[in-house]
Amino acid sequence: MSVMKRLSMIFRAKADKALDKMEDPRETLDYSYQRQLELLQKVRRGVADVATSRKRVELQIQQLEQQSTKLEGQGRQALGAGREDLAREALTRRSGLQNQIADLRTQYESLQGEEEKLTLASQRLQAKVDSFRTKKETIKATYTAAEAQTRINEAFSGISEEMGDVGMAIQRAEDKTATMQARAGAIDDLLASGALDDVSGPRDDIQAELDRMGGGADVELELQRLKGEIGGAEAPKQIGGQPSAGQADTPPAAPQQQPSAQPQQGEELR
Amino acid sequence: MIARIMGEGQFEIDAGALDDLNSLDASLESAIGTGEEDAFRTALHALLDRVREVGSPLSADSLEPSDLILPPTDASMDEVREMLGDQGLIPG
Repeated sequence: MSVMKRLSMIFRAKADKALDKMEDPRETLDYSYQRQLELLQKVRRGVADVATSRKRVELQIQQLEQQSTKLEGQGRQALGAGREDLAREALTRRSGLQNQIADLRTQYESLQGEEEKLTLASQRLQAKVDSFRTKKETIKATYTAAEAQTRINEAFSGISEEMGDVGMAIQRAEDKTATMQARAGAIDDLLASGALDDVSGPRDDIQAELDRMGGGADVELELQRLKGEIGGAEAPKQIGGQPSAGQADTPPAAPQQQPSAQPQQGEELR
Repeated sequence: MIARIMGEGQFEIDAGALDDLNSLDASLESAIGTGEEDAFRTALHALLDRVREVGSPLSADSLEPSDLILPPTDASMDEVREMLGDQGLIPG
């Protein structure tokens, strides 16, 4: 049998069953109205819950994006310093983050969609609940019980259908949000552990390496500057006297250290 | 007649459009029968699109029950099967 007709029958059967349970028609009206108000509250809570999850994901995207920008900067810095290996490492990590960001964006859109859907559902339900309340009062004023019963049945199956639909929508939104929250929790843990957002901390080995290299270069510059200041031939001998005493004679001391670092790098790249 | 797309709202539909909707509905049903998710999705979206196309949204404060009820647009085949199952999605 047709899908759409079967679904409609299922909804209607449920409404009829609920109606049958009621002995006094007026009781039906008040009882149903109470349940409608409860459901309205539930949808609104649902909207708020989904919004909270969405904001959480949004924050995570921001944090991961910051980290990604940082890694790109580090990659550039490393490349500028001739450390292709470090640059590659930074970009590899960045690409991992980009994947996570893309995944979070999908989640974000999905949550946004759920939020919109639930918001609209709550507006529709609100309109029907208002309409039901008005009708309820009119029905209470009707003269014959038979007439009241017919009108109640009409109003009731209409609102009952909406309630069934909204109830399902909330359930679906909750299910979706629950899975996403589990994943969001995992990312929060990762962020909290400092694995992702700690720039200068001990875990950021790329930055540490860059700092070390930067520091090394500064030392060389300082060295040159000092040599220039002293100007004489005695001071350089003192400095160069430690590792490679013999050949050291003024400026060449600094360039000599650079080449010694280059072959090492070449090996790493291979 | 009135059709509801779950999660979306109700539409007033001219009886003349019913034949067309019935044939789209039949495709949906057979897709569920074969168990192919892709075919199911295509058929569901074709049906929902047609309802939106031929129908005009019913005022939100209307309390009229629907003659036809359609699954939500993002429903999976399993969900629809469950809705149609004996226990139904709506207990009680």
